[in-house]
Parts: sequence; structure tokens; C-alpha cells
Amino acid sequence: MGVEKLTEIRWHARGGQGAVTAAKLLAETALSQGQYFQAFPEYGPERMGAPILAFTRISNGPIHIRSSITNPEIVVVLDSTLLSAVDVTEGLDTDGVLIINTDEEPAAIRKAMKLKGRKVYTVDATKIAKETIGRAIPNTPMMGALVRVTGIMPIENVTEYLRKSFGKKFSEEIIEGNVKAVERAYAEVKAE
Amino acid sequence: MATTANKATTKQTTVAMTGNAGCALAMKQINPDVVGAYPITPQTTIVEEFANYVANGVVDTEYINVESEHSAMSACIGASAAGARVMTTTSSQGLALMWEELSIASAMRLPIVMHNVNRSLSGPINIHCDHSDSMGARDMGWVQMFGETAQEAYDNTIIAMRVAEHEKVMLPVMIMHDGFITSHAIDRFDVLDDEVVKKFVGEYVPKRALLDTDNPMTFGPFAMPPYYYEQRKAMRVALENAKDVVLKVSKEYGKLSGRTYGLFEEYRLDDAHIAVIVLGSTAGTAKYVVDKLRDKGMKVGLLKPRLFRPFPSAEMADALSHLKAVAVMDRSDSIGAPGGPVYMEVKAALYNTTKRPHVQGYVYGLGGRDTGPDQIETVFGDLQKVARGEEAPREAVTLLGVKE
Repeated sequence: MGVEKLTEIRWHARGGQGAVTAAKLLAETALSQGQYFQAFPEYGPERMGAPILAFTRISNGPIHIRSSITNPEIVVVLDSTLLSAVDVTEGLDTDGVLIINTDEEPAAIRKAMKLKGRKVYTVDATKIAKETIGRAIPNTPMMGALVRVTGIMPIENVTEYLRKSFGKKFSEEIIEGNVKAVERAYAEVKAE
Repeated sequence: MATTANKATTKQTTVAMTGNAGCALAMKQINPDVVGAYPITPQTTIVEEFANYVANGVVDTEYINVESEHSAMSACIGASAAGARVMTTTSSQGLALMWEELSIASAMRLPIVMHNVNRSLSGPINIHCDHSDSMGARDMGWVQMFGETAQEAYDNTIIAMRVAEHEKVMLPVMIMHDGFITSHAIDRFDVLDDEVVKKFVGEYVPKRALLDTDNPMTFGPFAMPPYYYEQRKAMRVALENAKDVVLKVSKEYGKLSGRTYGLFEEYRLDDAHIAVIVLGSTAGTAKYVVDKLRDKGMKVGLLKPRLFRPFPSAEMADALSHLKAVAVMDRSDSIGAPGGPVYMEVKAALYNTTKRPHVQGYVYGLGGRDTGPDQIETVFGDLQKVARGEEAPREAVTLLGVKE
């Protein structure tokens, strides 16, 4: 027994940007590679455009803990307008990781946020989504950036799972658009 | 999805699903004759998913849309008395609105299975988890089982059907899992094949049914003082019988699934000096804390009640006898009573025994207030001081995580 190594992720987004779907997709991909997980949104007054939170836990062993995630190691921000609206660094350790959807450089974000410690990564997921999927839904490209930065799973597992799970519901065009979005964000995410 | 090879004797599929989707899947696999239900948060996604199964024609269920939970339970009572296999689900105010019908279902000895997805009672209005809804119904003559995870919510649904319909029980069963925490989180768990569940629950052949016109019978007649008391005694006997039946059915289910459940779960309790007693999802967080403190060399353990009605008093007193101090954590308050419902049951179970631990009561997590490892560590810290004689035992119940 003993405490299993656990990765805890917090997703910040606005209602309608697909954060809950991303948290769910990550959990399902984790299952496809035999891992354990929990994915849960914070239920409150969520509406289209309002700030929302979603959480993911991933581990190689069973996960017992059921309380909310207060000290995530990784924070993913799907909408950069949230940076001035909510404290996205709350509970994030000084060596924690911040992945932000923005057209700005990591250094510019650090300066604007007056951030101490942590590692900042940026990717223009909205632009990528528009060019690949044809809609400004940044959730799947952010998955690509997340797996690149954290190494929690190989990118092939994400794209394979996308093809498998989306295959039942969406057209070939939409599926390949999403796959391309993941691959582009994986390649384009910027470190400090 | 992947198939697992554990101790189970049958093939299973590992899924990523919410607890509520797991419950709806179990209902689909049971394929009840009648479901009468009304949606209420956080139970809604169970009836929503089940309505999909009905609309897609994958179940034979007669799905009755009703205008309230009072009508839902009334429809279930009528259908069950007619001889049908009946299921329903609710939460919070929905259960409260069923109140009048709950004791009629049990007194008429109708084997209805109902999920109550735990949510606090209004007011103030709140949609999040605590156990005050089902605890309020604890004297209604229903069997009550609590689950920690989506896996247990799924498994308990299938086990409950067999318990309810067992000839020595013939009582309704209420199954609980925590609102949002278990109901809406996507979790990893294993499910049985449809055919396996179908065979396990078998066909329901009622011994007494209103629609059995060859043997006409009266259901729910007026009982004057010479008869009422004996009816209630019969219910008490049946509910007590449920203890053995739960064990027997759970054992049989364990052979099939590799997951064997008892009346309660003992986690690292054998050689523990102090322990926490807590039901529902918080037991998971308590396991996390127990592991962490054990790594530091502390002799700590957990007892997680599964069956709350009937309460396994003798078995629990036996399991706790070697401990120095225990803390009972209640996710509901019995206002005006000495403590929460679980606390009072545990204390009563221990009172007439000679070797017993000190018992301290805590209330936590009302209205969905988050209960993290730190709160549970505080409780173990209190117990350690009491066990070492550094601190006087507390009689009054402590409210954990409340703002002053």
C-alpha cells in the first residue's frame, strides 16, 4: 500500500469552451492506457461565458482520495481573459506548471501576472482551433499542449483515442481537424 | 474500454463513466418491469440515461413519467403490489416528498429498489452532498446501503434487487451514493455483461400479486389495534433478516465479480489503536489519510459502514473492541440529539459491551462543504491525544470545517 503517485490538474475556462469535455477526454485516454483517473467539474452557477473549473486526477494505481483538488501541480487556462478575472495560480506550488491559451509569449504573461516561480507555457489554441477545426473551441489543442509539457502520456494515445471515440459521432473532417489541432499545439507550445 | 482478469469468474469490461451512468447501466441490465421517477439534481442523470435506454428500446421497462416524487413512489407501490419488478431514483426534497409513501412501501412488503443520490435537505436550498435526506428516512423500514465509489454504486444496485426480493426480506431497499462527488465524477470501474446480470437477478416471480386473479388478495387494508402491532413486528423481523441476506447475496456476487462486500469495510483496522468511522465517498479520502499516517508509523485504521439499516451493531462492536478511541464522522446533523445518526448508532452498539473504545463524534461536510485530508488528519490527531491520555475525551460533537 502507501500513497500512489498522483497527478492533479485544474482546468480554467468559460462555459462553452469545452473544459469539461477535455477533462473527460483526458480521463478516457488515461483508461485506454490502463491508468486510473477521476474527472469532475465544479458544479455551481455555470453558464455560457461564465468562469468554470474542471479537475482531473491521474495515477498508475487506484485513487482513494475524493475531496476537491486544492493544490494542483498543473493548471490549464483555456481563456486568457480569465487571467485578470480569477486567480489561476491559487494553490499552485512554486514548481507547478501553468499552460495558457494566448497569442502572447510566456515571458510577457509572467510580467503581466507579476508571477514568481512556476513554469509558464503558452500556445495560441484558439487560432489553431479556428484553422484546423473551423471553430474557436480550444479544448482539444490544449490537450496537445498538456501532453507535450507534462509527458503524462504519448501524443499518439491522444490522437488514437480521438479517432476512436469521435468516430462514432463526428464526420471524418471534424475528427481529422481535431487530430491536427492536437498535433499542432503539441508542436507549437512555447516554453520560457 | 478494456477487459480485466481479476479473481472474478466472469469477463468484465473496464469503463470510464460517472457514478450515475453506472447506476443507469445497472438498471438497464436488471431490466425492471416498471420505473416511475421524477428528475431532481443530482439524481437527474440516472433517469435521463435510463430514459434513453427506454427510448432506444433496449429495455422492456414501462417508464412512468409522473408529476412529483409523491406520485413516483405511489406509482411504484401500485406497480410492485401488482407483481412487477420496480425501480426508482431520487434525491433530497424528492425523498422528502415521498415521505408519506415510504413507510407504506415497506409495510406492504414491496421489494422496490431506489437510488437516493445524497443531497442536503433545504433550507437554505443547496444541491450538494450530505446525508441528511436518507438519514431522515432511516426509521421507514427500508434497507439502507451506502456506497463509496461508482463501482460500489453499480454493484450495490444489482445486489439490492436480490436482497429486496428475497423471501425472508421482501422489503424496499434504498441505495446511496454521494451527490456530485460520486454521481457526477467520471471514474474507472468494472461492469459485468448484460447476460451475467440478467442471470444473477433472475426472473421475479412474486408470491403475492394483485394481478394474480386466481388468488384474489387485499393489499394495504386498515389495521385496528389487534393487528397493527404484529405487522410492525413482522417488518422488524424481515429487516433484521436482511443482514444475513445481504451477506449471502454479496458473497455470491463476489464469486462472480471478484468484489466481495461485507456489512462494513475494515481498512487497516486489525492492528490499529485508533480509527475513524465514516460512510460514503469521504471513506475514500480517509483511506488516503490512513495510508499516509501509516507510512509515518501511526497505528490508524478505518471502518466504513455499508449497511446502515439494519445496523450491524453486534458485528461492529466486535470489530471495534480492540481499539482505544474511535471518531464517528457524520455527514448529517441530528439537531437536538447528542450527535449525528451514525455516532448515536455506534455508541449504542458499544454501550453494553465490556471491552470498548472511547467514541468521539464529529459532523462534517454539510451542504457539500469540502472535506479534505487535513480535516481527517485533525480528527486522528485528536484521537491520538485521547488514546495517550494527553487530552480529556470529548462528549460534545465537534463541527468540522465550519466557519466561526
